[in-house]
Amino acid sequence: MKSITLGQFYPSDSILHRLDPRMKVILAVLYIVATFLCKNVLSFALLLLSAIVLILISKIPMKLVLGGIKAILFIMAFTALINVFFTKGETPIVEWRFIHIYAEGLWQALFMIVRITVLIVGTSMLLTYTTTPIMLTDALEQLLAPLRVLHIPVHEFAMMMTIALRFIPTLVEETNKIMSAQKARGADFTSGSLISRAKALIPILIPLFVSAFRRADELATAMECRCYHGGAGRTRMTILHYSPKDFVALAVIVVFGAGIIVLNRLGIGYTM
Amino acid sequence: MSQSWIRTENLTYSYQDDSTGEDQPVLHGIDLSIDRGEYIAIIGHNGSGKSTLAKLLNLVLEPTGGAIYVDGKNVSSPDMTDEDVFALRQKVGMVFQNPDNQLVATVVEEDVAFGPENLGVPSAEIRQRVDDALAMVGMTEYAKHEPHRLSGGQKQRVAIAGIIAMMPECMIFDESTAMLDPLGRREVLDTMEMLHREKNITIITITHHMDEAARADRIIVLDDGRILRDGTPEEIFSDPEPLIEAGLDVPQSASLIHRLRKQGIELPGKIGTPDDCLETICAVFEQ
Repeated sequence: MKSITLGQFYPSDSILHRLDPRMKVILAVLYIVATFLCKNVLSFALLLLSAIVLILISKIPMKLVLGGIKAILFIMAFTALINVFFTKGETPIVEWRFIHIYAEGLWQALFMIVRITVLIVGTSMLLTYTTTPIMLTDALEQLLAPLRVLHIPVHEFAMMMTIALRFIPTLVEETNKIMSAQKARGADFTSGSLISRAKALIPILIPLFVSAFRRADELATAMECRCYHGGAGRTRMTILHYSPKDFVALAVIVVFGAGIIVLNRLGIGYTM
Repeated sequence: MSQSWIRTENLTYSYQDDSTGEDQPVLHGIDLSIDRGEYIAIIGHNGSGKSTLAKLLNLVLEPTGGAIYVDGKNVSSPDMTDEDVFALRQKVGMVFQNPDNQLVATVVEEDVAFGPENLGVPSAEIRQRVDDALAMVGMTEYAKHEPHRLSGGQKQRVAIAGIIAMMPECMIFDESTAMLDPLGRREVLDTMEMLHREKNITIITITHHMDEAARADRIIVLDDGRILRDGTPEEIFSDPEPLIEAGLDVPQSASLIHRLRKQGIELPGKIGTPDDCLETICAVFEQ
């Protein structure tokens, strides 16, 4: 279990990996906005092109990207079907009994598939594949820091996130140990009905919870011994710095968004 | 007024039993003086109060009676502010038993930085302290590793580095070797002794391994919340009966010398560690 990796981070040295994580979060938000601005064939084509460019510059293997898309295939199919059958339009293609399919419906379905795919690919290229979970946590903590004015415990959430990330491998390892111990005593996790298999998990969950609480207690003591007292007065070893390439990336995405708006106005083909 | 760095006066601690609601005493009036730069082992069987005593010294637990002075300051007084408590914990660091349950961050160097970050040390200085601390415990090459991929001994060394980075004057090891394999134990013991020797850090180690205790300069034996014996390893182990009555072992070397002395053989000299024992016996043969 030593090989467990968290999240989808794929180590590489691409430009996307080297961007400031805070800027990547901002870029991802802007990119999501851009995907929702698209209205016609031209803008969706530009959107699709941008996703392909992102994949290429991120140096993430295509196999990994396609694997990520496979996971949402069902949602995509479902959305497409709904759009095909329930969009009312003016150019009917099929009219049979209660089934009415319009050309607009087909366009709508196509646009939705492109939008969802690009949404997933774009955000994972910008964030999850190219940023470690811990950097992402740091970035969110700093970006959301102004919310502290509203008494939202931003630092505490980030700390919880960090500790969760730290302990997931430890707890997975422990689960395996407990499972082996229960198997050695004759527990059976793999046969029987769904309900009996679920019941077989109880002897694993109870010791796991007991140990997790004990760990939490000991960790809290250890943190207190290291003078932890929340975010106030705390400094950080690594301070994030924006570099020129971060602002270049920001400029690129703004131009890209402007491009989408311009293409929307050209009014070619079906418009959403 | 004694010059002791840590001093306890009639220190007591009791906790409330959940089932009976009665006060359950753990420590009965401990009077203890520890000087700066000492290397002390506290031994005792389970439930003797040795861990409780350690946790009182940096106020993880609050005493129910008596007083604790650290560096001339009464740290058990009720008007200690949070800042005073942090200042105390910076001076008196603590390493625990389970290496997994004291590492906070997902990267080794980030974890070492955790203490200084909490103290509000400037970034550049944290970087320096982290590099120094990792070099001191020999974990520099693991700076970017994830803690869960390290061995027990390595994790414990990272935990020690995390305390060193806070620049303590005293470090308490609360059974820090109990969960480690022999190799890990040796790594931690060597680190501990290096800190004592080279950095002049006061070391207080709580252990139930007698051969670990024998390496200290001074041993304090606790039994049922009282100090049973307090002296050098030679003094403690040359008279093993009280230890055995308190349910403790004696290192094999000390036990051998003791039995030889009982046979009427004159054996002057040290007896704590196997090396001492060898020297003592060889000296007799040379005569």
